Amino acid sequence: MAKRESTFINMVVTLLLVTVVAAAALGYVYDLTKGPIAAAKLKAQQEAIKKVLPEFDELGESFKVLKEADGDSLEFFPAFKNGESVGVAIKTYTKKGFSGYISIMAGIDDSGNLSGYEVLEHEETPGLGSKMGVWFNNSEKPNQNVIGKNPKTSKFEVSKDGGDIDAITASTITSRAFLEALNRAFNSYEH
Amino acid sequence: MSQWKNFSKGFIKENPVFVLLLGMCPTLGVTSSAINGLGMGLATTFVLVMSNIVVSLVKDFIPDKVRIPSFIVIIAAFVTVVQLAMQAYLPSLYKSLGLFIPLIVVNCIVLGRAEAFASKNNLISSAIDGLGIGLGFSFALVLLGGIREILGSGKIFDITLYSENYVTLLFVLSPGAFIVLGYLIAIINRIKKD
Repeated sequence: MAKRESTFINMVVTLLLVTVVAAAALGYVYDLTKGPIAAAKLKAQQEAIKKVLPEFDELGESFKVLKEADGDSLEFFPAFKNGESVGVAIKTYTKKGFSGYISIMAGIDDSGNLSGYEVLEHEETPGLGSKMGVWFNNSEKPNQNVIGKNPKTSKFEVSKDGGDIDAITASTITSRAFLEALNRAFNSYEH
Repeated sequence: MSQWKNFSKGFIKENPVFVLLLGMCPTLGVTSSAINGLGMGLATTFVLVMSNIVVSLVKDFIPDKVRIPSFIVIIAAFVTVVQLAMQAYLPSLYKSLGLFIPLIVVNCIVLGRAEAFASKNNLISSAIDGLGIGLGFSFALVLLGGIREILGSGKIFDITLYSENYVTLLFVLSPGAFIVLGYLIAIINRIKKD
């Protein structure tokens, strides 16, 4: 087959055909993967909730609490065992990370203490800020541990700023952002 | 050129990273660990093979003046397919590669092969070329990511080799990428000379 010439009509027809075929193929793939993507997201969320809360057998209806300050809302997931409340998981966030947005699932048990947390999304520096997933969950180092504490008994700020939590070495900004996200969760929890 | 040569040139002789120095942005960006490098490399390989096949099939149908936009649309379609599939079936890998997947569209390796090879050769050669170059790219990324992971976090494929207290953090950060890449290019140049 000889190469088609670059006449106006040939070019328009070609581009039209290429884009239409590409669009149709993408629509098909999108339809195919829509279900699995939603399922994967839901599963990640469920697993995070399971990790941060004491044992539970039933998740209540999730609801959103509007934060008036900047118009964003936090999502609450209450959990129950044998019909009794064991705590609530709160999907909280901060925009003050070293690379912007960090999203965290924080679990608060019935006595108002933090029962666990799980970092859901972040873009912090690998090897530095990205350590926040384990750094604040270290029962051997009480000064950097946040589990089992709450902002009423210990100040959720890095020790450099007069708080009670030691920041990650060389990642003070990430640590500040992390604690801000936790404070945000506790603030709306109390309302 | 035999098909074997066509395939194997991507590893050393025409390695896109070490010799052609194409696609540096994802190369330096995602190789903080071996597994990230592998994921990125395989995703790019898939896009390369598929776009090379399609481009070589439609090359006579596309007028010269609009070939670049047509190729880009074809490549972008395959990249989006990869992105959706990864999101659905490998969510954790998708999380760590995130931004770099859509950037495969503008990876000059892919367009470069479409333009320089697939638009002039038949289907089989183009597919093999895409596979060779893609695997060469993956090989480079895994090597780079592996070295950085070993030096920078004391692990390889997430298996701990030695304590985190002795790592050189620099290698996981961006300067480490440049340093390791520089040494690797020097070594490959030395090998190629023989």
